Amino acid sequence: MSTVVAPTEPSGTPTDVRSRRLTDRVFRLRESGIIVVLAMFVLVTTAIQPRFLDSANIQFVLVNTTVFALLALGETLVVVSRNVDLSIGSVLGLSAYMSSSLFGSIHGISVVVVFLTGLGIGLACGFANGLMVALGRVPSLVVTLATLYVIRGIDILHVGGGEVVASTLPSSFTNIPQDTFLGIPVVAIAVAVVVAAGAYYMRSFRSGRELYAIGSNPEAARLAGIPVGRRVFTAFALSGAIAGLAGVLWAAQYQTIDSSAGTGYELQVIAAVVVGGVAIFGGSGSAVGAAIGALLLATINSALNVLGISSLWVEAIAGFLLLLAISLDRVISLRLANALRLMRSRGGA
Amino acid sequence: MAGSGTDETPGLDPKSAAGDASQAGRPSPVLSLEHAAKSFGAVQAVVDASIDLYSGEAHALVGENGAGKSTVVKILAGVHHPDSGHVSVDGSPVSLSGPADAQSAGIAVIYQEPILFPDLTVAENIYMGRQPLRRFHRIDAAMMRARTLALFDRLGVRLDPGRICRGLSIADQQIVEIAKALSLNARIIVMDEPTAALSAVEVARLFDVVTALRAGGAAVLFISHRLEEVFEICQRVTVMRDGRQVLARELSGLTADDLVRAMVGRQIGQRVRAAAHAVGEPVLKVQRLTREGVFVDVSFEVRAGEIVALAGLVGSGRSEVARAIFGVDRYQAGAVTISGRPLRPASPGTAMAMGIGFVPEDRRQQGLVMDMSVQQNVALTSLSRLTRAGLVSSGAEGRFASDWATRLKIRYGRLTDPVSQLSGGNQQKVVLARWLARKPTLLIVDEPTRGIDIATKSEVHTLLAELAASGVAVLMISSELPEVLRVGDRILVMREGRLIAEYARADATEEKLVAAATGQFAGAR
Repeated sequence: MSTVVAPTEPSGTPTDVRSRRLTDRVFRLRESGIIVVLAMFVLVTTAIQPRFLDSANIQFVLVNTTVFALLALGETLVVVSRNVDLSIGSVLGLSAYMSSSLFGSIHGISVVVVFLTGLGIGLACGFANGLMVALGRVPSLVVTLATLYVIRGIDILHVGGGEVVASTLPSSFTNIPQDTFLGIPVVAIAVAVVVAAGAYYMRSFRSGRELYAIGSNPEAARLAGIPVGRRVFTAFALSGAIAGLAGVLWAAQYQTIDSSAGTGYELQVIAAVVVGGVAIFGGSGSAVGAAIGALLLATINSALNVLGISSLWVEAIAGFLLLLAISLDRVISLRLANALRLMRSRGGA
Repeated sequence: MAGSGTDETPGLDPKSAAGDASQAGRPSPVLSLEHAAKSFGAVQAVVDASIDLYSGEAHALVGENGAGKSTVVKILAGVHHPDSGHVSVDGSPVSLSGPADAQSAGIAVIYQEPILFPDLTVAENIYMGRQPLRRFHRIDAAMMRARTLALFDRLGVRLDPGRICRGLSIADQQIVEIAKALSLNARIIVMDEPTAALSAVEVARLFDVVTALRAGGAAVLFISHRLEEVFEICQRVTVMRDGRQVLARELSGLTADDLVRAMVGRQIGQRVRAAAHAVGEPVLKVQRLTREGVFVDVSFEVRAGEIVALAGLVGSGRSEVARAIFGVDRYQAGAVTISGRPLRPASPGTAMAMGIGFVPEDRRQQGLVMDMSVQQNVALTSLSRLTRAGLVSSGAEGRFASDWATRLKIRYGRLTDPVSQLSGGNQQKVVLARWLARKPTLLIVDEPTRGIDIATKSEVHTLLAELAASGVAVLMISSELPEVLRVGDRILVMREGRLIAEYARADATEEKLVAAATGQFAGAR
């Protein structure tokens, strides 16, 4: 450790390479646990029931993942800043019904306009959440628990006992989940691109990093001159907009939409986010990890289905997995702390 | 390493960089605080503080606990706005109404325990909100890393910019803060007791950093209780006492004794207790108590009817010893006996059953349940006596509380009001009432009068004296020397985790206590 590091060549010295390798390892570590669990699940299921790896089933799993992966991206933005958005399931439901019912009321309406409508509905809900959390300084748990019920209430009042049925939807809309490119569903590719873009934004832009800073230490964030209220507001607005978008996608997928669409999704999404390595108290984790968490939950659902296990088991197993993931997360962060302490004592920095 | 800062350092004013503090006829100060005053409610923390800082110097700010140093730091940090007086930077007055103002005036404060983002990397902590950008406003991580390394190079330290801050030692965290200050082109760097939590090696490295900063033209305001450190790295000194500047000059020619005399020099208040009183058998015996890294080999006893004061600097391990005795914290070695019976470690329940009462240092956090009523707080530790058929009788609770409130002259609106509505002094009396109600044989009080007004303070002192007169053994921890001398029958002094001196009340003087607490004390117990 006696080499002098030249400021102009930051990546040249052995010290550097070693420490960078360690950080890389650490970063990969957070998502590698979940990937291992996912791979194990796929292997075990395929060994019992080879049909699991049929391209049809893979497509089914991927399409099922899209809605949750999108919601997980929005939730990651919020959770990373030490907040939580419980209203996304209700936002999804409201957006799914209101946007898809446009096909029945306005003949020949463009699919793009319908998607934008869903996005707008979600954005409005996200604005409301963000304003109350950022300006009202009400804990987000309380605010979004309230809007969970308020938005669902509006949905129920609006929908009444009715529903949107598949026959009112144009094929250009219902075909969206079926389109494939090189055997991969186009929606899955699109969502993957959106999630990757979201993760890149959070990693490589100041405002994205500032969300992590806020979640890591709100007091220090304020002292560093970060506009905490504005950033948190933006996170909620984005989460709402993404949930609105996911609602339209949900409608295209399920094609029968009543007032119960998306009920309970918020907790499944939070489960996916936490399983994907996002720290529940903010400060670390990535949207890619959260999306992999969503993929894992969808895989479990499908695997239990393919194995002929009653869907009654699914929730219990998802809950158990959440516990497992949280314990794993704890173990990993302890290991991490130990590794860093070891490095410090060895490096004598 | 110190020489590296003499090159052209970007961001530092070249004119000030050329200035040499030790020369006579030096240029005008880079920062001056003139006749600042600040009070909090009835407490006047700073009465008349002035400090001049020159580019390239390390300037010591010393004084007893409560002399007003921390308030001065907070004024410079923009956290507190002075009631009167003003701050000027480079001769022009500045208004510091927030941390951002201090930052743009070129002032950086390094706190004893820095506030960092534990989940983010060292480099991000330094550049948060100011990350270097490349095309499309993306963060230039490579540039950020290179600049961080360059900063560390200027400071002569080695730290990996890419590691996350969780788990960094306090010393490394301070380095991160100092690097941040440097990246902000801070020319005035205030270090508030930076060495209090550092090991000897870390202190040496910090001093090298201070030398590098000086060589780069920065002015360093160094606050420390360790006078030998002051003499090691500082060129000038300002001494504060009771919120006033009492001495400001070059250190050369001064001795530690001179500083101690300047820090103390105060009339001692009248003792609260009559000279003669009966002291009984030992109640508390502490033998060779050790908690690794916190306190070592602490032995003493407190007899019935006696008030033993435990003096020393904040952080010398006094509160930790008290917490270990009461069983809040564990200890590795040693034993505690109460009236000859061994006390089980790490069990506050047993400690209470054996007659120990404990009034903790931070009454808001540890002593009171702020949302509960006055009567509930008073009765909290006596619930078993007020219980009928498993239920707490609120009538009995009220009578019980009002009885104690009268005895201690607690001023309150209604007994059912939340205790948070009471003044600090009355809150403290509620905590005392709670423990007195249990009729303890040993009462431990930690900073019993911190932040309370003078009248209530003296009531608390009288109360402690009466308690001792009735045969209770009292162990009082206090950072206020006048209080220690006023109330204590015997005075023990701790320094850096060790009990290093003991004085009978007749022998103790403020000078002796300060000298012992700051390590200027030659003799041993």
